[in-house]
Amino acid sequence: MKKLLLSAILAFGIVTTANAEVGETHIEDFDFSFEGPFGKFDQYQLQRGLQVYTEVCSACHGLRQVAFRTLGDEGGPHLDYETVKAYAASNFEVYDAEKDEDRPAMPSDKFPASGLENAPDLSLMAKARAGFHGPNGLGINQIVKGMGGPEYIASVLTGYTGKEKEQAGTTFYENTAFPGGWIAMSPPLSDELVEYADGHNNDMYHIAEDVSAFLMWTAEPKMMARQRLGLISVVMLMVLGVLLYFSNKKLWRDIKRKS
Amino acid sequence: MAGIPHDHYKPKTGMQKWFHERLPIASLVYDTLTFPTPKNLNWMWIWGIVLTFCLALQIITGIILVMHYTPHVDLAFDSVEHIMRDVNGGWAFRYLHANGASLFFIAVYAHIFRGLFYGSYKAPREITWILGMLIYLMMMATGFLGYVLPWGQMSFWGATVITGLFGAIPGVGSILQEWLLGGPAVDNATLNRFFSLHYLLPFVIVGLVALHIWAFHTTGNNNPTGVEVRRKSKAEAQKDTVPFWPYYVMKDLFALVMIMIVFMAIVGFMPNYLGHPDNYIPANPLATPAHIVPEWYYLPFYAILRAITFDVLFLDAKFLGVLAMFGSIAVMALAPWTDTSPVRSGRYRPTFKIAFWILGFDFMLLMWCGAQPAEGLVPLVSLIGAIYWFAYFLIILPVLGWTEKTLPVPETIEADFDAHYPPKSSTVK
Repeated sequence: MKKLLLSAILAFGIVTTANAEVGETHIEDFDFSFEGPFGKFDQYQLQRGLQVYTEVCSACHGLRQVAFRTLGDEGGPHLDYETVKAYAASNFEVYDAEKDEDRPAMPSDKFPASGLENAPDLSLMAKARAGFHGPNGLGINQIVKGMGGPEYIASVLTGYTGKEKEQAGTTFYENTAFPGGWIAMSPPLSDELVEYADGHNNDMYHIAEDVSAFLMWTAEPKMMARQRLGLISVVMLMVLGVLLYFSNKKLWRDIKRKS
Repeated sequence: MAGIPHDHYKPKTGMQKWFHERLPIASLVYDTLTFPTPKNLNWMWIWGIVLTFCLALQIITGIILVMHYTPHVDLAFDSVEHIMRDVNGGWAFRYLHANGASLFFIAVYAHIFRGLFYGSYKAPREITWILGMLIYLMMMATGFLGYVLPWGQMSFWGATVITGLFGAIPGVGSILQEWLLGGPAVDNATLNRFFSLHYLLPFVIVGLVALHIWAFHTTGNNNPTGVEVRRKSKAEAQKDTVPFWPYYVMKDLFALVMIMIVFMAIVGFMPNYLGHPDNYIPANPLATPAHIVPEWYYLPFYAILRAITFDVLFLDAKFLGVLAMFGSIAVMALAPWTDTSPVRSGRYRPTFKIAFWILGFDFMLLMWCGAQPAEGLVPLVSLIGAIYWFAYFLIILPVLGWTEKTLPVPETIEADFDAHYPPKSSTVK
């Protein structure tokens, strides 16, 4: 009987490993503040990541699912409304269909889509990639380390070897994290590329970490509410479980002749 | 076979009598809830309640999701993101719904393998078994249709591959496929009809579940001994059974809560674990994913589909694969007739037990194969796994029935129960 139950649980463990390693890629296991059931977004890290996105990534990549107003949300960068308003207006222009012209963005608008045609939108990138797999298609690493989306992004950003090659008129850059080993995006980050107002370490590794954390938030803006739901439900259900266990035991006592 | 004798609903007040003569619904509820249930059921008999709960959960969360979802190729993906970001609690409903499908299938597989081990499919419960198989098929269809709705990469390419299966049927295949898709390729018409059917089929399942319950309430539950409840008199039946309410309601609720703890932990802490990252990329008919994988619950049958890599006579490999896949479920439905053993429960069948556990392992192995790229040893292992699957139902079950030396079966359910929980007088304490 227990074996049957065990099989059911095992079945749960075996999941698709579709992106099974294509060639040898290296995904560094970055230590993010939001990992694990008690993890939390660091709002200052998200703000730094937003800065990196604005100054670097947004030149080519869009965030079309993300509304500016959500930058003020709790469990996110948590900027105050005036800051959000000023940020949207000073950094982005959006097309206004009513007036048939471009105007400065407002908090109710969404970030623009990618400016460069081949640059993927980054809104969901942290959930659309899995950095960790296996071992042997058993899906255990994804339970232990997480899916590895933000780790994948940070690893790509820091995974350039410096080698380049030209193919059919396009330059490709060797990257240890990118499937296939060659990526069309030129190395976007370098040490001290952005200047943080809070004086946080701005070497390439930390910049990559900050922007990856920010992209995890854009992909899963309700993560903290979700983890709170998980925690509360598990605790409440455990209490209910204990009550039901003893109720059931008492109920069956006479039938099982244990009284 | 006569039903198990038990007390029926008796209207007491004048009001109750008046109502009962016009619509005996109170009687239906009473008789269903107080149904005499074997008192020796073990923890594998909890999955029915879990499944009922899943069905309700999926319908309720699904109805809420539909209020905010838009079934159109240009809008579907963004409407799901709208649910995740802007709808109050939308993210919770979507994750409950997506992971609820996985819980549903875990429970159904546990339920099916429970039935296979304890011979629950055998006479007189063939109809219950067949209805169960139909429910399972409907679940597979519903799950597949639902996975297409978010219109991500895996939605689109999964739909392309699965409808392509029908295209493999010789002669009518391409016409059938076009009819299913509503056009030459997966497109807006496909999304719309899949949405319509995804909403419809759960209610068909509700109907089949009602019949399933009706059927086993007519024959009585099976139990771990496979011995029937004595039904010559009410007094005799009462020695073998307890009323479903409150005894099994309480036990099942406890089990359900234990399962919900794990389920809510997954929803809260790793809701995307059982999904595929590619489905967070909007569907793109021009870019095929590196390799297309169905949801985990289809993997064993997907492996059987891919196991056949050779043509036989004029039939090509793809069509044979489709036949094998549907056949693997069909042979399961035939179990009541291919199993020739006079003993119902696997507990008293030593050789059967071995064959059964190999089948369980085979199922897991096929599931693993289904997730791997079809290269190296995977097709061969899948083929061996598929052969065992068919052999179990078509050869092992009938042959074992004739050759196996079974262990003695307890006379009554009461005797089995007393062996576990000795009556006071006979305890040494």
